[in-house]
Amino acid sequence: MVLAYLRRIGSLHTNPVYRFAHEYSVGRRNYSARGSTLEQAVAAFRSVVGEDGVSLGTAVRDQHGRDESMHRCCPPDVVVWPCSVEEVSALAKICYQHQLPIIPFGTGTGLEGGVGAVKGGVCFNLGKMDCILDLHQEDFDVTVEPGVTRKALNASLRDTGLWFPVDPGADASLCGMVATSASGTNAVRYGTMRENVLNLEVVLADGTVIHTAGRGRRPRKTSAGYNLTNLFVGSEGTLGLLTKATLRLSGIPEAVVSAVCSFPSVQAAVDSTVQLLQAGVPIARIEFLDDVMMDACRCYSSLPYVVAPTLFLEFHGSKSSLEEQVTVAEDITRGNAGSDFSWARDAETRERLWKARHDAWYAALALRPGCKAYSTDVCVPISNLPQVVVETKRDLMQNHLTGPIAGHVGDGNFHCLMVLDPNDADEVQRVHQFTERLARRALALDGTCTGEHGIGLGKKALLCEEVGPQTIKVMHSLKAAMDPANLMNPGKVLLHIKIIQVYHLKSSLPSHLGKKNLNQSDMKPNKTVNVGVFSGTDLISCVGWN
Amino acid sequence: MAARVLVGVKRVIDYAVKVRVKPDNTGVVTDGVKHSMNPFCEIAVEEAVKLKEKQLVKEVVAVSCGPQQVQETIRTALAMGADRGIHVEVSGKDYDALGPLQVSKIMAALAKKEEANLIILGKQAIDDDCNQTGQMTAALLDWPQGTFASEVVLEGDKLKVVREVDGGLETVKLDMPAVVTADLRLNTPRYATLPNIMKAKKKKISVVKPGDLGVDVASRLEVLRVEEPPQRKAGVKVETVEDLVSKLKEGGRI
Repeated sequence: MVLAYLRRIGSLHTNPVYRFAHEYSVGRRNYSARGSTLEQAVAAFRSVVGEDGVSLGTAVRDQHGRDESMHRCCPPDVVVWPCSVEEVSALAKICYQHQLPIIPFGTGTGLEGGVGAVKGGVCFNLGKMDCILDLHQEDFDVTVEPGVTRKALNASLRDTGLWFPVDPGADASLCGMVATSASGTNAVRYGTMRENVLNLEVVLADGTVIHTAGRGRRPRKTSAGYNLTNLFVGSEGTLGLLTKATLRLSGIPEAVVSAVCSFPSVQAAVDSTVQLLQAGVPIARIEFLDDVMMDACRCYSSLPYVVAPTLFLEFHGSKSSLEEQVTVAEDITRGNAGSDFSWARDAETRERLWKARHDAWYAALALRPGCKAYSTDVCVPISNLPQVVVETKRDLMQNHLTGPIAGHVGDGNFHCLMVLDPNDADEVQRVHQFTERLARRALALDGTCTGEHGIGLGKKALLCEEVGPQTIKVMHSLKAAMDPANLMNPGKVLLHIKIIQVYHLKSSLPSHLGKKNLNQSDMKPNKTVNVGVFSGTDLISCVGWN
Repeated sequence: MAARVLVGVKRVIDYAVKVRVKPDNTGVVTDGVKHSMNPFCEIAVEEAVKLKEKQLVKEVVAVSCGPQQVQETIRTALAMGADRGIHVEVSGKDYDALGPLQVSKIMAALAKKEEANLIILGKQAIDDDCNQTGQMTAALLDWPQGTFASEVVLEGDKLKVVREVDGGLETVKLDMPAVVTADLRLNTPRYATLPNIMKAKKKKISVVKPGDLGVDVASRLEVLRVEEPPQRKAGVKVETVEDLVSKLKEGGRI
């Protein structure tokens, strides 16, 4: 019945994506494993990691089913704590035998629901593997295990003159940062995770252990074979478990100078940024706070901030080069009607200057006490940033939403810190629709729907729109090649086809074939799972919360 | 104006390491374990370097007592801005038994030899938590002391020290020369940057023996046994308040 219907849509049988989706989704076992499969697996887990390394406790599972996003908690069926790559491999083999989903867990500080066990399964908490291995000071590289967080690494490196500069907001696991291709406030100078990972040790779904650049290898550059290292960067646990990462370190800056400047408009602030970069100033951080955010900061810390679009700048270098950098920056900002340019050298004054930027999250929350905050994340070419920001601010006002803006303007990346009442279903819906519009606005301006946070649970359909059907097909092929049973973190990054759900949509689907977008209202009310349907070479994208 | 500052730096097991007791219970495992400068000593070095940057002192000398490896710790102090180092060579059994009394005798002897006007030490070391060296050094030299300092201001030839005490903050004014021990909130130590680490390699570290300073490092203390704290036992869950009360009574708690 289902197949006959699908034949009407098009020549799907010859479509390789449909074929693989059909194979695993129709022949698939029930993932929310209960009963004997899980019992057998748990007994096997205990023989690998001992009694203490396995937990079925409800509270423990709940803790591992949520991160710092607003997605609801999806607890796994069991949590395990391996202590070595050999144990990870053994546990993965057991999961593979029993066809149990595998969900890697670092610090649980993700922002896109990446650890939600939407199909149940086994959560691998890799926190016990917390060694810093193989520091090579002259080569500026170090290898870390998944339990090492970025602050722990930098504290350990403090005597060496080296640091790892990628600094997302949370004190995240470095391997977790690799998995989500994280970035921080100084990406403009030091790059994101993509530019700073030399090698990875990965355990695949069937327990095979590979080293993406070869065991122990850490040349600063290579042309050897396919770039598997960067395949896994940003794969969000859907291709394998990262058990070691070899990272590129940088020298701790000799001296730091911070500066702040206000502008009459977003355009002026962004123009200054562009000119600074064009002038070749090796600026380390260039952060943007809009007027709504500056007002929130003013109220929060009772400091006399100018309520206007503001740039927060930080320069790294030798004492003499800093003088030059600051002079150039001051000239440029003045040329763009910037005012109140102040700068500082010593740590205490720099802290005070940047206080607004550091308190941004809390200042936003303080706008509406009792509410929660959710951070959007889009990135566009810098030249398109003013347009995106201006249109977004208009959207926020028209829809009566609280969304002060903070951004890494040097990368064209900005976040709206949406402050909302999670119990107000209408507001949640409006925020959800706003973030969809924001993502589409960024896509329309040559950008991406996620600059730093990843695709996770909520942006799978947007990924399809962003890269297009042919590229998505390639991503699906890679996923199928590396993890044909879809055990690795199912439900993240890639939309998967559920033939059974398509059947339920049968009555409404044909009239929508011509449309490019299906909205949540088009789906049956009891369906809460994302559905993507391929029609020939066209992709109909679907939207919905998971 | 204070000319020369002596800063004591101790090489200890890094604060992030999980310390393990040796199987024979004679001490803790130190072989192959990451060591670094005692965090309070870092704060002491930072304060001394800040004084030099404000041009209130002429020279900062970093001192450490121990085997060859302590030179790494002295190099870190040099990378933070100290001008030169003094390595007081103590090794083997003498090093294992080295404690505040011997170190303070050494510091006192060095202070006289180097004609120092100010000694800044960390308030305590994170391995033994003694909190004695600064106080003993001041007593041996008959110098005033400002311990648990959260703020140090040099006013001419007097030192104003704000001390963190149980009841709050106490401000004392000391005549120089004096001893100060650094508490946590005195400052935030700088990171050693690569260029400064390279420069530090060229700075001088002179080596002396305790005997050269007329100090006997024999210890009056003997460590009998080192043990881990008892493992935390699991609690007991009870179903009702009555159960709870009866269990408490059984245990003699009420």
